[in-house]
Amino acid sequence: MSTYTKKEVGQLVDGTLVWETVHQMLSMPKDEDRYKLYMEVLQDAVSYDDKILLAVGPHLNVVESATDGEIIYKCDCGHDFGDYRNNWKLGANIYVRDTPEKMDQVYPRLMSPDTTWQVYREYSCPTCGTMLDIEAPTPWYPCMHDFQPDLKTFFEWVGLPAPAKI
Amino acid sequence: MTILRTLEGITTGKLLRNGLSLDDNRNGILARSAETGHYNGIKTLEFKDSDPIGYERIFSKVRAGLVNSREVAKKIAASPIVEQEGELCFTLYNVAGDCVATSTGIIIHVGTMGAAIKYMIQNNWETNPGINDGDMFTNNDCQTGNVHPCDIATIVPIFFEGYLQAWVGGVTHVIDTGAVGPGSMSNGQIQRFGDGLQITCRKTGVNDTPLRDWLHESQRNVRTVKYWILDEKTRIAGTHMIREMVQECIADEGVDAWEKFALEVIEDGRRGLVSRIKAMTIPGKIKTVAFVDVPYTHEDVNVPSPFAKIDTIMHAPCEITIKPNATWRLDFEGCSRWGWHTYNANPTAFTSGIWVMMTQGIVPTERINDGARYATEFRLPKGTWTNPDDRRTAHADAWHFLVSSWSSLWRGLSRAYFGRGYLEEVNAGNSNPCNWLQGGGINQDGEIHAVNSFETAACGTGACAMKDGLNNAAAIWNPEGDMGDIEIWELAEPLLYMGRMQKTNSGGYGKYRGGNGFETLRMVWGSCDWTMFFMGNGYMNSDWGLMGGYPSATGYRFEAHNTGLLGPDGRIAQGKSIPLGEDLNPDDREWEKHLGPDAVVKRDKQCITTEAIFENGDLYLNYLRGGPGFGDPLDRLHTGAQSIEEDLNENYVLPEYAKKIYGVVYTQDEEGTYTVDSAKTAVSQAKMKEDRKARSVPVREWMETERAKILDLDASPQVKQMFASSFALSEPFLNDFKTFWDLPNDWNLLESSLGIPMFGATQTMDISEMPDCKPVIMTEE
Repeated sequence: MSTYTKKEVGQLVDGTLVWETVHQMLSMPKDEDRYKLYMEVLQDAVSYDDKILLAVGPHLNVVESATDGEIIYKCDCGHDFGDYRNNWKLGANIYVRDTPEKMDQVYPRLMSPDTTWQVYREYSCPTCGTMLDIEAPTPWYPCMHDFQPDLKTFFEWVGLPAPAKI
Repeated sequence: MTILRTLEGITTGKLLRNGLSLDDNRNGILARSAETGHYNGIKTLEFKDSDPIGYERIFSKVRAGLVNSREVAKKIAASPIVEQEGELCFTLYNVAGDCVATSTGIIIHVGTMGAAIKYMIQNNWETNPGINDGDMFTNNDCQTGNVHPCDIATIVPIFFEGYLQAWVGGVTHVIDTGAVGPGSMSNGQIQRFGDGLQITCRKTGVNDTPLRDWLHESQRNVRTVKYWILDEKTRIAGTHMIREMVQECIADEGVDAWEKFALEVIEDGRRGLVSRIKAMTIPGKIKTVAFVDVPYTHEDVNVPSPFAKIDTIMHAPCEITIKPNATWRLDFEGCSRWGWHTYNANPTAFTSGIWVMMTQGIVPTERINDGARYATEFRLPKGTWTNPDDRRTAHADAWHFLVSSWSSLWRGLSRAYFGRGYLEEVNAGNSNPCNWLQGGGINQDGEIHAVNSFETAACGTGACAMKDGLNNAAAIWNPEGDMGDIEIWELAEPLLYMGRMQKTNSGGYGKYRGGNGFETLRMVWGSCDWTMFFMGNGYMNSDWGLMGGYPSATGYRFEAHNTGLLGPDGRIAQGKSIPLGEDLNPDDREWEKHLGPDAVVKRDKQCITTEAIFENGDLYLNYLRGGPGFGDPLDRLHTGAQSIEEDLNENYVLPEYAKKIYGVVYTQDEEGTYTVDSAKTAVSQAKMKEDRKARSVPVREWMETERAKILDLDASPQVKQMFASSFALSEPFLNDFKTFWDLPNDWNLLESSLGIPMFGATQTMDISEMPDCKPVIMTEE
């Protein structure tokens, strides 16, 4: 079983970890304390006091609210996207590339989708403007609820106490 | 009738040491597995625990023998698809047809050859045609589990001291199977009856000798005879090497040890997957979806039946449920109906292929076997493109849909890896490997020929959460990605390389960008009566990007005829400029500036075509796609490794789009080197974030406008056909759709209201309705 330091996990998050160590991470059995170190690294990087429970994107986490213990989605900037059991996208802003002219801003005309077949939906944070996700569905397609974690079981898996309001 | 009665009179149960028929033996394993949740009811790994050295010794011999046989046997093949790209695989099965171990290569066939063995067991091949030492069976039937007809499997029973102890299968991807369209994954045909030669577990050899009737019949039914012959010799040599290896192993280790190992190793494999799921993922539900455009109304798609001339979209939603016991369920409720094209898949192809992808992620181990399948519940609704309910369906390019649907699974699982901090495992997806350059006619040697360029085995990979994707490196369906040597392709195809370049701007943008694909420009040379066609996606993209990253670029078509390049007055002889294979921004139409005045160019989004005539001197662009990106592009480093500056200087991105997407501000010196002004770029990017806020609207506000479009039925015919097709097959999908958009209870969209042909929508005939046919079903339907 491999083990890594918090510094190495931090470098992994920053994209600065040396390739030899990354390769070891890929080829060896997974290190069991990665989640714990990862949470510490992410917690150090945010300005809010809420406890990070799960990373769902480079700037979006599931956190335990420091004020009321509720489990919510939160952007690095502090924007609250609501209960973690709901689809955070419904609390985001959206920009839909649904015309050739809007697609021209992304790819050459011949390298972008035909918007009668497919559109790009760009979900961003209403407060800081960070791009949180991009969907590429057909028109009409419901917003995808990508991930509904079973946090209670997850904390059993990693052998850590679960937050009270899960 | 006399012969039939004689055969029916044969007593079963003489092949196995336990005296059971093959079917009874397999049914017992299935029952014990279902009852206990452990393969064959094996709750403790007695052999492995009591004699770990002996257990590992057998595994090592088997695995090494499989890999070694593959490496040796592939040198027999002349086909670059096999010899260059490694499109072959050898797999060892226990007597029930469950995989014990496999070689490297196209390991999707762990499942497909296993399905063929199970079909023979379930349909009593034991009595007719009989299973004897020295027999060879050949299968490529898509309704017996094969992916597409060009994957030909030779299956050999392994006997020891008079009893069946194992099966070995060898598969190669042949260049041509005599389908309506030349090439191994052709289109043009829309039904099985045009999909080429299909062989259903036929006994094709006895006493280690191929039967003469089989050789004559099969060879005259394909275009590329010499490749066909050498591919078969490859498969026979490999399977026989493995048979000898297994027999030696049993002699060394003992029959009892072998029989115990051949069951226990599968339970070991099942536990291996469970262990990895628990170690790497997060329990819960993950939802993904993928699409593929099927643009068949275009004038360059010529099909034999008018009811196939419609535009449709493949729809592949998936719900992955990772359970508290660390097993999982993959449910494809809501998929669209099968269609009149060659991209349909059968359940075994669908589920087996997923393991090809998983071995590159969650189970990167040499111990891949059928145990992983026993730890996985698959649900593939009957009537969908993943599980057709009609025996007429064509499958020649099943990969076109399969890889797109699998890529979204990769994206979905990456959410779990990311959540646990295993950033090194994250993959934003992968390219749909198109284009497939295919065609045929009379080649440069004056022979009837067909081609399928496997350059596509080296596309761009998806971005990771801590590094960029790889450029022109791999393919989701072949872990040993390789574009092949130009010189070899030029020997195999009457197509000269005008150039082979990385495809600029084809990877998706992001904090980490997707790997770029590549492009080759080919000029027809030395052929006679030559045709080619395109096989890729252009109107849509299968990938989405992940966590703020953009999807990769879509495809486009470039072909040029009457180019004015050849001949005494041609541009080459005259020393004039010619297209040399770098189509930086396709909108600029640079290549057209280097062609004769009468050139006829097709440069558009129609990336699926059927056979078109190509004369010598005509041009064909083979553009292999890039991978999707990860994370907000505004987080990408300005300078250094994996930065915007590097993208510009290495031609990874077009400067125009570096400005539009990354907001970069740069200078360029006289030698063309870019230098990014980081301070000015930061200012520009801050403004872009403000612009994002200004131009976007709250999602719930946008939902009201989109809902109005749905109520007005405001969408293209192909979008409406896709939804109507899925609604008809899936009430849950329809109900979820209505709930999300808050539509009236009685709202629906019927395909019959769209005014398009809908052959196959209401009346079908399944393979199970054939006389004396018991299909192998291994998934929920």
